[in-house]
Amino acid sequence: MLNLLLQVQVPGVPERRITNIFNAATTPADAERQAAYLTLAVCAAIFVVVGGLIVYTVWRFRRKPGDDTHQEPPQVYGSNQIEAAWTVIPILIVFVLIGVSARVIASVQNASPPAKALKIRVVGHQWWWEIQYPDYHFTTANEIHVPATPDGSQATYLELTSADVNHSFWLPELGGKTDLIANRINYTWIDPKQPGAYVGNCAQYCGTEHAQMLLRVIADKPEDFKTWTKNQQKLAADDPQVAQARDAFGGLACVNCHMIRGTPAVGRFGPDLTHLMSRQTIGAGVLVNDKKGLRDWVNDPQDSKPGCFMPSMKLTDGELDQVVSYLQSLK
Amino acid sequence: MATIDYPLQEPQALTPEFSFSETLYKWVATVDHKRLGLMYVVSALFFFVVAGIMASVIRLQLAAPLNHIVDPDTYNRLFTMHGTTMIFLVGMPMVAGFSNYLVPLMIGTRDMAFPRLNAFGFWIFLLGGFLLYFSYIGGGGLSGAGSAPDMGWFAYAPLTEKAFSRGAAADYWALGVLVSGLGSIASAINVVATTLCMRCPGMTLSRMPMFVWVMLVDSWLIIVALPPLSAAQIMLELDRHLGANFFDTQSGGSAVLWQHMFWIFGHPEVYILIFPAFAILSEVIPIFSRKPLFGRPAMVGAVVAIGFISLGVWAHHMFCVGMTSWSNTFFAASSMLVGVPTGIKIFNWTATMYGGKLKMETPLLFCIGFLLQFLVAGLTGIMLAVAPFDWQLHDSYFVVAHFHFTLVGGLVFGLFAGIYYWFPKVTGKLLDEKLGKWHFWLFCVGFNLTFIPLHWVGMLGMPRRTFTYFPGRGWETWNLIASIGVLFQTAGILVFVWNLLKSSLRGVQAPDDPWDAWTLEWATSSPPAEYNFEKLPVVRSSRPLWDLKHPNDPDWKFE
Repeated sequence: MLNLLLQVQVPGVPERRITNIFNAATTPADAERQAAYLTLAVCAAIFVVVGGLIVYTVWRFRRKPGDDTHQEPPQVYGSNQIEAAWTVIPILIVFVLIGVSARVIASVQNASPPAKALKIRVVGHQWWWEIQYPDYHFTTANEIHVPATPDGSQATYLELTSADVNHSFWLPELGGKTDLIANRINYTWIDPKQPGAYVGNCAQYCGTEHAQMLLRVIADKPEDFKTWTKNQQKLAADDPQVAQARDAFGGLACVNCHMIRGTPAVGRFGPDLTHLMSRQTIGAGVLVNDKKGLRDWVNDPQDSKPGCFMPSMKLTDGELDQVVSYLQSLK
Repeated sequence: MATIDYPLQEPQALTPEFSFSETLYKWVATVDHKRLGLMYVVSALFFFVVAGIMASVIRLQLAAPLNHIVDPDTYNRLFTMHGTTMIFLVGMPMVAGFSNYLVPLMIGTRDMAFPRLNAFGFWIFLLGGFLLYFSYIGGGGLSGAGSAPDMGWFAYAPLTEKAFSRGAAADYWALGVLVSGLGSIASAINVVATTLCMRCPGMTLSRMPMFVWVMLVDSWLIIVALPPLSAAQIMLELDRHLGANFFDTQSGGSAVLWQHMFWIFGHPEVYILIFPAFAILSEVIPIFSRKPLFGRPAMVGAVVAIGFISLGVWAHHMFCVGMTSWSNTFFAASSMLVGVPTGIKIFNWTATMYGGKLKMETPLLFCIGFLLQFLVAGLTGIMLAVAPFDWQLHDSYFVVAHFHFTLVGGLVFGLFAGIYYWFPKVTGKLLDEKLGKWHFWLFCVGFNLTFIPLHWVGMLGMPRRTFTYFPGRGWETWNLIASIGVLFQTAGILVFVWNLLKSSLRGVQAPDDPWDAWTLEWATSSPPAEYNFEKLPVVRSSRPLWDLKHPNDPDWKFE
């Protein structure tokens, strides 16, 4: 309860931030914000006028003590002029809003990708995100790196689909939602202007752990993005210091579900771990990706994300140490 | 002779005493529209309390971040059952209950057109409700997975398919709702037939009470809108048990097809649910303002227009599924247009009060609460219809706030107004006015405390249907305030239930016409006899009792 009031950081929980839809960081989010501001202004004006009229009517015509209760008020049946006015004026307002909506819908949905736009494919899974970079030939998970350019010249176009049930891609500061639906490819685009980490959630109910299917977009300066992709394209680091731990990992069931490129671990069911330590969080944003977080997660994923498909492997303390030290070498 | 000596029977008491089994038989075997209507409303109130308890657990869980009062699966079942219950087992039977009880009385006839169909409708609805709740016991199925359905009241495919919903919970959802839907369709057919064929002499359609008009359009909308849902549920069952693959994406089915079929039902459905409140307001506001309904022809036109337009707005629930920009624009436009006739209704109710002598009693208080809250709901509805704004707001807590303003701030407030208004007619007792005011203020404060902050957390990026959330995203304080509001709402409901029990057992005897009203149900006794009217009435205007009470200034002179 104290955490709640003071908004103190809970240890072990990744750093969070306030994701206000009005903090638009991309062109689509900004267009949506413009439409939102206009709509809010119109609706606020209507609320003040109509709400004020209702309150005034109630206040002025309420029956007060001592009023003559037998005398009925004048019986008014209607008025064509007044009724015509409050039919026509809303129609005019509605037409303005329809026009604004149509313009913004077209500007966001019908934008065609510039030649040098980055293409990313996002596949929703029950409670994590698979992120493919087809132009760079690598796959990662849960954290999307994109270039940030102040003029939006390097936009990122995302192809969205699902491996199982419906999910929805939503980072409020980067723009509205687009659903991830199996047997179907949807598109959206972002062009963050400022470098930084943006947080979002899966926004379409997708089963048990829908609440803990978080998503991060990390907008890098173009040169940082280049460095990051270079690293991601490499095979997994093979640190001789953890050779023993690597072999121990290879002997566990982990390899059935996880891919670590350049090693015998070629599973496709769970997230690709080739460069696990380049990510800030694990478990789709549930824990901080540090030694303690990793250890807690590997020891029993069901503890921090009950219902997720990664089981507790019942590892001994020794095995746990080895797995964690190997994973930590995957820079 | 024995026959001569046989003692004369005592004269029968006016209200004969019945044994328990006789009373039970009278209720179970009844085909009387008033008893059925009452049973609909009482079962709806029962399910309302059940769904309210579920909502309280939901708010308790969300009062603080990373709370572990219930586990994720239990939480998901709670919001699924809360939503399904409120829509299908509270909202729908309230439509049937109010129209069943009041339509025949208001149009001056002795019963519904098909009394036995009416009884069938009620019992099949109740069976559907119990079938849905039986999933808590039988939902595990042979494979033993889970209990009650946990896929949301909208049951999006492919989450409902065998691969993702094992056990039988999804089947209980589909069949329970399908069966209770049959009851709604039966009742709707009955209302349409009754209003079209059984009005008393002199009651032309233009003289029909506004309540009956709205219920007529509502019932027509049920007949048009419910079958697509029933079809989708049958298709889902074919998928699950006969491998039909309509919605099974893993076998090439379409997840979006389910969404279209669901919302072709689902959007008219919210109008189906709100119409009873429109109907009630159109009766209560004039009586408590002592003025006729302002712009009656426009009100009829508006409700018919809403009925038609509401059939063409469904895909505004689907702005994020990747429709073309043209489709998105079309559905944005149609959704905004529905605001025009809805606005006309709000303006005309306000104009009815304007210049009146407002009796500030509980039924009117609930109507005023409705007007202000429904205004907010309508305006947030416009925001959601602006598709680019909706891309941000969709499936966030903003939407939760919006539709609770519609269905609680609107519908439930309207239903309370109706219950306070017609309780004396149904029971012959007056509800306690002081408790009524407590009920109103507690519930009104609690409702706004709970649902206003949810708009803000939605704009701060909180998605719906999440069993918990992390701290540090600006959601904690608002969620705590929302949960505190539940205490006030609960207190309000307790006062209401206490008022119902106390007043029906030991309430003040109500006269036949306690509100000095103008429609025919107030011309008969309270409670009405089984045959409603000794002699069928003849009417000459839309306010027959006004004509009787003001022979020098009757309404029919102005028609």
